[in-house]
Formats: sequence, structure tokens, C-alpha cells
Amino acid sequence: MSDTGKSVPNIQKILHRKDLKRSIKYQMGEVIIEKIIFMIGITAIVILGLIFYYLVSTGLNVFREVSLSEFFLSIGWFPVSVNPKYGTVPLIVGSLIVTFGAVLISVPIGIGSAIFISEVAPSKTRTVLKVIIEFLSAVPSVVLGFLGIVVLSNWVRIVFSISTGFTAFTGAILVSLMALPTIISISDDAIAAVPKDYRDASLALGATKWETIWHVLVPAASSGIIAAVMLGVGRAIGETMAVLMVTGNAAQIPDTMFTSVRTMTATIAAEMGDTVRNDTHYFALFAIGSMLLFMTTIINTIADYVVSRGKREGR
Amino acid sequence: MSKKFKEKLAFAVLALITMCVVIPALFILLYIIYNGIGTISWEFIFASPRKGMTEGGIFPAIVGTMSLILGTITFALPLGVGTAIYLVEYAKKNLLTKFISLAILNLAGVPSVVYGLFGLGLFVLLLGFGSSILSGALTLSCLILPIIIKSSEAAIRSVPDLYREASLALGATKWQTIYKVVLPTAMPGIITGAILGIGRAAGETAAVLLTVAAFFLPRLPSSIMDQVMVLSYHLYIISSQVPGMPDAVKNGTALVLLGVVAIFFFTATFVRIKYKLANRG
Amino acid sequence: MTKVSVTRLNLHYEEFHALKDVSLDIKDKEVTALIGPSGCGKSTFLRTINRMNDLIDNVKIEGEIKLEDQDIYKKEVDVAQLRRRVGMVFQKPNPFPKSIYENVAYGPRRYGIKAKTHLNEIVERSLKKAAIWDEVKDRLHKPALSLSGGQQQRLCIARALAMEPEVLLMDEPTASLDPIATARIEELINELKKEYAIIIVTHSMQQAARISDKTAFFLMGEIVEKGKTKEIFTVPKDKRTEGYITGRFG
Repeated sequence: MSDTGKSVPNIQKILHRKDLKRSIKYQMGEVIIEKIIFMIGITAIVILGLIFYYLVSTGLNVFREVSLSEFFLSIGWFPVSVNPKYGTVPLIVGSLIVTFGAVLISVPIGIGSAIFISEVAPSKTRTVLKVIIEFLSAVPSVVLGFLGIVVLSNWVRIVFSISTGFTAFTGAILVSLMALPTIISISDDAIAAVPKDYRDASLALGATKWETIWHVLVPAASSGIIAAVMLGVGRAIGETMAVLMVTGNAAQIPDTMFTSVRTMTATIAAEMGDTVRNDTHYFALFAIGSMLLFMTTIINTIADYVVSRGKREGR
Repeated sequence: MSKKFKEKLAFAVLALITMCVVIPALFILLYIIYNGIGTISWEFIFASPRKGMTEGGIFPAIVGTMSLILGTITFALPLGVGTAIYLVEYAKKNLLTKFISLAILNLAGVPSVVYGLFGLGLFVLLLGFGSSILSGALTLSCLILPIIIKSSEAAIRSVPDLYREASLALGATKWQTIYKVVLPTAMPGIITGAILGIGRAAGETAAVLLTVAAFFLPRLPSSIMDQVMVLSYHLYIISSQVPGMPDAVKNGTALVLLGVVAIFFFTATFVRIKYKLANRG
Repeated sequence: MTKVSVTRLNLHYEEFHALKDVSLDIKDKEVTALIGPSGCGKSTFLRTINRMNDLIDNVKIEGEIKLEDQDIYKKEVDVAQLRRRVGMVFQKPNPFPKSIYENVAYGPRRYGIKAKTHLNEIVERSLKKAAIWDEVKDRLHKPALSLSGGQQQRLCIARALAMEPEVLLMDEPTASLDPIATARIEELINELKKEYAIIIVTHSMQQAARISDKTAFFLMGEIVEKGKTKEIFTVPKDKRTEGYITGRFG
């Protein structure tokens, strides 16, 4: 060692000694840690698998008492009457009509805002807008439901001059507010991910910024935008508190958007407290939960597929 | 119509559309602050409710929400970050790993009321924890687990391989590399995701309604097996289940709940912005 | 004295035969340059010497690599300790997002050296050896990422030297640096070869000619020619070597 003075310890010797000590200790430690991490990873996955198994296996019990055709096809949901009926059609229709209304509102607004935020707004405005939209996604649904009761339902009642403001339409507006942040942030990501070359190529050909956005960027980001809409739909179907609080909760098949409905989610939240463990009503609510689980899983899987296919084809 | 005019028109329409999101968001914030601020007082925060919840404060609900948050952090954070480490650093790139990732992605989209059902069936009834902080915290942990896994996974994945190689090439072991280089570098991302997840748990209602929340319980919990009042559930019952509630109590409760959630949200936003700035400089 | 001795090394990556029957002896206190076109296997070869290829799935290695008289691919070998003895510097400077001091102290800390006085000595000595001490001694606790690219690379060299390695692997260490920073690194390599066996992968013929004692020319996973740098660059025996060298010079 050229510059080893007398006061400098021989590091190589120290390291060598430590090497020998470390060899056994650390190799064992490493194996143990790897095992622990593996166990943790598996635990989380087991929990997640358990959710599927538990819901479905509990829910299936409903068919010991209720026929498949009654559960899925009949239109009477009277679980607590003397002669109980477990037809889920009104609940499914209720969920679908609120979701449909919410999608009708949130998709055009969501995609439009995403384009504005990612392409039109100046950078500082963009940051502020993004924070506002993320804030909207953080607002608890019960707070939205509260505002739905004290503000929105009154507006709906007055504007459309109907007897009650607790309607599917009121629910759809609130649910659209919950789906919007999902749609906006994912569409925004998709538009931002379009390679800069596309933009430059179009602008260099003399197209305006708007023409570039409309004819190049939006088509190029289409798979991401479709996925955003799908995930927004998933969010809307699963929304519970806001719809429970403002849709009036009548388990009926509505003829317009301006009547009361009851969604699948609201049914579970409202009725679970009245059930007895392991009675038919209890099982029926688990079966509805399983249906929700399947619906959102299918929607999410399709969204994931659309995104990965889009990536493969470079769209 | 000239090209330039068409563009201006289009941008104006887009700006208008964006306002349709911004105005409701700001309205929610301002309405709740404006109407609720008058109710906030020392008594409202630190006293128990009286006279059928029409007077007094909401202290038990605040304590209930806080204990749920603490419990959820205890379960979900180590489990979520550990799973993310497993997925990024240890799991082989095979079909099983791909399936696991897809499962986690899907579970992030499962409705909270479904998690509530699961928690009710498994923790409250089958395992016999009853309606308790423990059941509620476990249920909320399941609910935010996918969020924490996903955000931690993204944060860990974004750590450049250069750092891992440098550490390994110096003779550090794999775990030393993860613990001393990868995790510190990924920390701001992990923290941001965790805070957002916990904020979500703080405002969650459907899941706690089925597993822990008490309608009216004007005393503080003494153990994790106790039932508690919860802010979000409290707002739900006083605004839609109990007729004749004074507006002041409802508005005040809404403000406190939104305030708790906002603290988490703005902390996460702050961490994120600060981290981005630090990265640039 | 031979420091590293490679005998009939074959490396398969899935279906791809990346290294074919490679044999090479590396002497202590010399600089060995590995040259050849992109994808010829020279970097892959470099990474077999500290087993960095272990990190990639589906890699199969046959043959023998000896560090002094220990076969480094034997089962009982602790890979972490092997990597401590065989230091590596990468193509792109890769300091950790920590302070300058912490970057150098990182390796020794992982080996349980905790005493502040020891660490201070190691840091100072390593930074001096890497010829960067004078530039950073007043800001040891500033972030390493605030240094220039050339300084970052010398810091990475100091970080490797802190482990008192016996062999130093350098994977195109000047590829991302400007000519002035490159010259400083080359000077440094000249200094360092007094103490270490250095193996350097380089794209630049001039660099290989300037700093190395021995050269090995890789093509399609094989060593086409190896020997004294002077001889290879003046009287190459193989047509392909000649073509490569003259092509690059011309």
C-alpha cells in the first residue's frame, strides 16, 4: 500500500476479519429475511384471495332457499315481509340506471377536462387543476351524500318541479363527481404518454394545436381513455354512501331518471344491520356483494386488457 | 370559420368543461368550511354528545376515527410495503406473479361495501372479534392494501437499477441493498401512497358501518375489542337517519371529517411537490 | 503474477450463446483492455468476473474463473464477499442519492465498520486515491448528485476503492464524459494500476492504446486476439483485428 502511514489502520485486514464473521451471520440473515418477505407477500395475496372465496361461498347459500330464477329474474325485493321475496332485478336496474346517468355526465366532462389539463392549460394552472381534482377524489362519499341531502336534492326538486329531490338523477350527479377524478387522471396519463414525435410531426405539417389534439393525440391515447372510462364505470357501480343517502331507496323499477331507486350497494349497507347471521336475507346480501365483485372484476380486467393491448399495438 | 378561430372556440369549450369539475370541487370545500366553521369550538371537538346528539361535541367519534386510522396503519403499511418489495425485488417474472398483479389491480376496484361485507363475515362473525376497532381496522386494511401495494410497487420500481448494481458490486447483500438504498430512495413515493390510502380509510363509511361503528356511544374505547363511534358514520346517521338534527351539528361534523381527510391529502400533496422540487434541484 | 485466470468460459443467455470458450489471464498491477464492436460480449465477460450476471434470470455459465486460486463459481463462494474483492465502476456514473461521504462509507458500513475514526480515514484515503479529495473535502456532506459527471465518476471509483478491492472492473467508465474529464480518469487509471489489477471495457481504440498494457479483442462472443497492447495495435496477427483497429483509426 503506497500511502499507508503508521497511524492508518490496515482496512484490508479489518475487512477480512469482518468478512469471516459476516459470512455465516449475514448469509443466514439474508435467507431469513427473504423468507419473511415471501411470507408477507403471500399473506397479502392470501387475504385478497380469501375475499373472493368467502363472499362467493357465503353468497351461494342463498340458493338453498331461493331459486335461481327468483333471485335473478323476479322483480320483487321484499326480504323482511311475512312472505319474503328475493328478486334482485330492481336493485340491478337501480345500480345500472344510476351508473348510466353518471357515465353520461362524467365521460364527456372527464375526457374534455383531461384534454384541457394535459394539453391546453399552462403549466402552473395544470398543477393547480390537478391538485383540485385529486382533492375531489379524496372527498369522502358520505360528505358528498351529506351535501346531496342539504343542497343538491333541493335544487333538483325545484329545478325539475318534482315532489322529491331524492331520485336516481340526484344520485347520478353525485356519483359522476366520484367517477370524474378517476376518468380525468387516467385519461390525462394516457394523453401525456403519447410520444412527443407525434405532436411535433403534426405541428410541423402546419396543423393547429387543436387539430393536433383532436386528430392525433386523442386517437393515439384512445386505449388509455377507454380504460379510464371503464374504471370510472367500476367506481360508479361500487359507490355506496352517496347513493344510499340521496336516491330515496325505493326498491322499484323506475320509469324515469326522476324517481327513487335503490342500488345494490345501498341495499347491502342499509339492510345488513337488520339481518340475522346465516338467515336467507344475510346470504342474499352476500350474493349481491358477490355480483358486485364479479361486475367490478370483469370491468377492471377488460380495462387492463384494453391498456395492455393498446401498449402492444402502440396505440 | 378560420382555423385559428376554431381552435380558440375549442379551447374555450374545454375550459368551460373543466370548470364543471373545478366549481363543484371548490363548492364542496367552501360550503363545508363556510357553514361548519361557526360550530367548531373547544366543546364541539372535546366533549361528548348530549341530549340525543343534538348538543355537546363529537369527541368520541374523533377518537374512534383516530384509533381506526392507527390500527389500519399498523396492519396495512408493513403488509403493503412488504408485498411490494416481494413483487419488485424477489418474485420471478412468471405467470403467477402476473396473476397476482392482476388480482391486486382488480381488488383496488372492488367497492368498499363489499370489503365491509367480507369484514363483517370474517372478522366480526366467524373469527368472533365482534363489532370492534380490531374488526374495523382489519377491514379498512384490506380495503387500502391494494392502494398501498400499487403505489409502493410503483415507487420501488422507479428506483434505477444503477443504484442496485452499484450497491451489489460493492459487496452489499441483497437485503442490505434493498434496505439501505432502494427503500430510502423510494420512500417519498411510498409515503405519499400510504398517506393517500390512509386518508381514504379515514373517510370510509360503508366498510366501518358493517364492522365497527356504533350509533351512539358517548364514552371512549378502552381496548381494541371495543365498539366506537366513527366520524364518517356519525355524519351519515345524523344527516339522514335521525330527523330533527340541528344543522349546526351536521355542518360541524362534516367540517371535522373533511378536515381530517384534508390533512392527510395536503400532507401527501406537500410531500410529493417537495420531493419533485428536490429532485429537480 | 496472475490475478484472475479464466479458462474455457461459456455463457448462455436463454438460447443465445453470448461467450464462447473464452480464456484469458489477467495480471496484477496491469491494465487489461477489452475491445470489440457493440454486442461482442466484452461487457458480459466483465460482469462474469464479479458475478453480476447472477442478477439476470436464465443465464447459464460453464468453465472456470479463478481469483488467485479460488474458483469463484463454486457453490460455497459468498458472492457478496467476492464482489467486495472485485470492485466495479459502471458506464454511467451512479452515485447513490446520498452525501459524498455516505457514498464512500456505504460499502465499509455494510461490513460492520462503525467507528467514526475508521470511516473518516477510509473516506479520506479513498477520495485521495481517486484524485477527488481536494475538490470535495470542504463539502463532504453535500449531495453526491450535485457534482459534475466527471467528479461523480471519480467518486464512484473512490467508493469502489473504499472496499480495498484487489481487482477493479471498469465498464466504459468514460463513455458519458467530456474529453477533459476523460483525460483525468485516464490519468487516474495510470496511477491506480500500481496497486490493482484493472480490467477496462472501452469503445475507444485510442483509449485502449493510451492506457492499457494488455488488450483482448472480442468478436461475436469469442476472443479473436489477445496480447500486449503495443503488439496488437502495431502488428495484429488476425485480419479481423486489423480491420477493426484500422477501421476505427481511419
